Amino acid sequence: MDKLVEIVAKSLMLPAEKITEELKYNSIPEWDSVAHMALVTELEDAYGIMLETDDIVGMSSVAKIREILSKYDAAA
Amino acid sequence: MIEEFFEQPVYGLAKAEKAALLSRELGELTRHHDAACAPYHSILSAYPPDALPGGSVAPFLPVSMFKMHSLSSVPQEQIFKTMTSSGTTGQAPSRIFLDAETAQLQTRALTRIVTSFIGPKRLPMLIIDHPSVVKDRRTFSARGAGILGLMTFGRDHRFALKDETMELDWESIEYFAQKYPDSPIFAFGFTFMVWQHFLQQLKAAGRKLPFADAILIHSGGWKKLEAEKVSNDIFKGVAKDIAGFSRVHNFYGMVEQTGSVFMECEAGRLHAPLFADIIIRDPQDWRECAIGEAGVIQVLSVLPRSYPGHSLLTEDRGRLLGEDDCPCGRMGKTFEVLGRLPKAEVRGCSDTFAQPVPQGAAA
Ligand SMILES: [Zn+2]
Repeated sequence: MDKLVEIVAKSLMLPAEKITEELKYNSIPEWDSVAHMALVTELEDAYGIMLETDDIVGMSSVAKIREILSKYDAAA
Repeated sequence: MIEEFFEQPVYGLAKAEKAALLSRELGELTRHHDAACAPYHSILSAYPPDALPGGSVAPFLPVSMFKMHSLSSVPQEQIFKTMTSSGTTGQAPSRIFLDAETAQLQTRALTRIVTSFIGPKRLPMLIIDHPSVVKDRRTFSARGAGILGLMTFGRDHRFALKDETMELDWESIEYFAQKYPDSPIFAFGFTFMVWQHFLQQLKAAGRKLPFADAILIHSGGWKKLEAEKVSNDIFKGVAKDIAGFSRVHNFYGMVEQTGSVFMECEAGRLHAPLFADIIIRDPQDWRECAIGEAGVIQVLSVLPRSYPGHSLLTEDRGRLLGEDDCPCGRMGKTFEVLGRLPKAEVRGCSDTFAQPVPQGAAA
């Protein structure tokens, strides 16, 4: 399974098949600001990176997260 | 266009340029809410256009309107979060309806403001509160929402208090003290909580924390501290001495205008960011007060889209300290808050808007 999808699914406590590239932050109750912080921690642990505040604010969809991770050379 | 506000420096525009940008955006917001929010329209239409309180570009509503009415400018199904303010005893809380767009703008604006003070890197963060204030995820109290909003700026979050008993969580504090000695950490809490339940308890326990160049951001009224004769200078002195917070910034903001907060600079003044402005008004006739004159604080924000909260008359007194001339170098108006308005005056302010508002028209 795609590593990023797996991490997002785990953080949002949703089955992986619900995680699409278009899924947006704050578009479903499961992806609220609390889940977002959990997701940040999971991403940092999984990829060994430290995200900046602007990255977290920019993580507005799964596709966007993928784009931000590529900046850190993290193979998402 | 709201995007213009994110392309400019947050404290960089001089008076004339900022005024032009703001009045265009605020005027658009007034038209948007007038068309989209029926109760708002009925409030405004009770006045001849040239007699609107605060002027026709951005007439102000008293904040109490959000306690009395459900004011929303988006269809119900677009509201994904409702924020409530605790309100004073015996009063209904304010209810603020957020859609995804407004929530996103709030976060982006707050990020621009706060990172301009603390930098883009997320620092280890100590939250001077207890974890249960962020438990209810669907309806946040202003306190919970404030904490969550600030958590974005930190990492390795720990809560400094255990639970409603307000006891210090020594385990969290020891963890931080051992992991980050001589490092900058970031702490956030509400003014009274920080003073009473953090600094005073550390003092009573005879503990000093080892952080260096640490940043404390706090918000909330000074009322309780003034009663104990704790000034901002005393607060800062104790925060530095006991906890190593050499950078302490208070901020003024309302739950009705989350995001566009007014941060205190190194010179001790509260600053209007590009996204917001402040006007001090004489409660007798609502004229704008000059620099140095005390009056009622009106707050303006370009962020509220899903509810008509872009121009609000607060229940606080304040005084302008200057414009584009702060010793810290930031542009914009600076001011200080002088405390709450006396009750009778608050009533006087709300009575200005005693017109009936049709019920059931709001989302
Ligand atoms: Zn300043």
